[in-house]
Amino acid sequence: MGFEKFLFYCFAAIALASAGMVISRRNPVHAVLWMVVTFVSGAALWILLEAEFLGIVLILVYVGAVMVLFLFVVMMLDVDIATLRACFIRYLPLGAAVALLMLGEIVWIVGPANFGLTHFPSPPAAGLDVNNTHDLGMSLYTTYVYPVELAAVLLLVAIVAAIRLTMRRRTDTKTIDPAVQSRVKKGPDRIRIVKMASVGPLETPETLAEAKDEPR
Amino acid sequence: MIALSDYLIVAGILFSIGVAGIFLNRKNVIVLLMCIELMLLAVNTNFVAFSHFRHDITGQVFVFFILTVAAAEAAIGLAILVVLFRNRRTINVEDLDSLKG
Repeated sequence: MGFEKFLFYCFAAIALASAGMVISRRNPVHAVLWMVVTFVSGAALWILLEAEFLGIVLILVYVGAVMVLFLFVVMMLDVDIATLRACFIRYLPLGAAVALLMLGEIVWIVGPANFGLTHFPSPPAAGLDVNNTHDLGMSLYTTYVYPVELAAVLLLVAIVAAIRLTMRRRTDTKTIDPAVQSRVKKGPDRIRIVKMASVGPLETPETLAEAKDEPR
Repeated sequence: MIALSDYLIVAGILFSIGVAGIFLNRKNVIVLLMCIELMLLAVNTNFVAFSHFRHDITGQVFVFFILTVAAAEAAIGLAILVVLFRNRRTINVEDLDSLKG
């Protein structure tokens, strides 16, 4: 058994075991942490397949960003776990049956009979001069440059949507709408002249001085 | 040597675990989203394996786009989850019956 095969079985076993832990943990925080283990061993499998750039991207983007986002949300929401787990045992037979049936079909089709070494011989190991990042970049920015632009727009839309969804307008602050503020016109919006009938004696400096001089 | 079928079977088992997780944790939206991520990982592993064994970089390009879409999906899904929890104080799927579906 070569070293490559040993690495493959190690990482595959870790990935599958931690995936099993993800779906069976009671605490969602633990599930997210097992998910991180799954992604790291998945990235190791991709690196075994000579997809080094995507393996690193999987760790950076998924473990570094998406899983941390999951962790934030899990910790932010005060979730009552007990009621969420109520039907776990009840659905276990159905879930296991469907998953095993599906697995049987998948293995039947993609098993060694159709996709073994006789049909797809293992390619020779790439030399040190093969640069996966360079090849992928050349393909992305020449043939697939239009989809790359579309993906960028998609990410922008996702940012806008996520911010719009979670933004909350507080009503108890005395903020002023800048649009209303800048639409103010010079005359009637700024000052209002009110004409009132005068009540009582006219107050001029002289009358005020007289009032002060009078004995109390 | 490791055959293509070995990678495909590992990806198939990962995908089945994701499907089983959707059945088992059908009340918890967070774990449902995580199961979808597991299934996407399995599919991406298939793409990378075929790309390696067919000497075609296009499979990896496709994985790149899937990762982009999946990141956007996770962000929007979690945003919806936060809004849902803010309005209903629960993320139990059984309680989300306003549409009488």
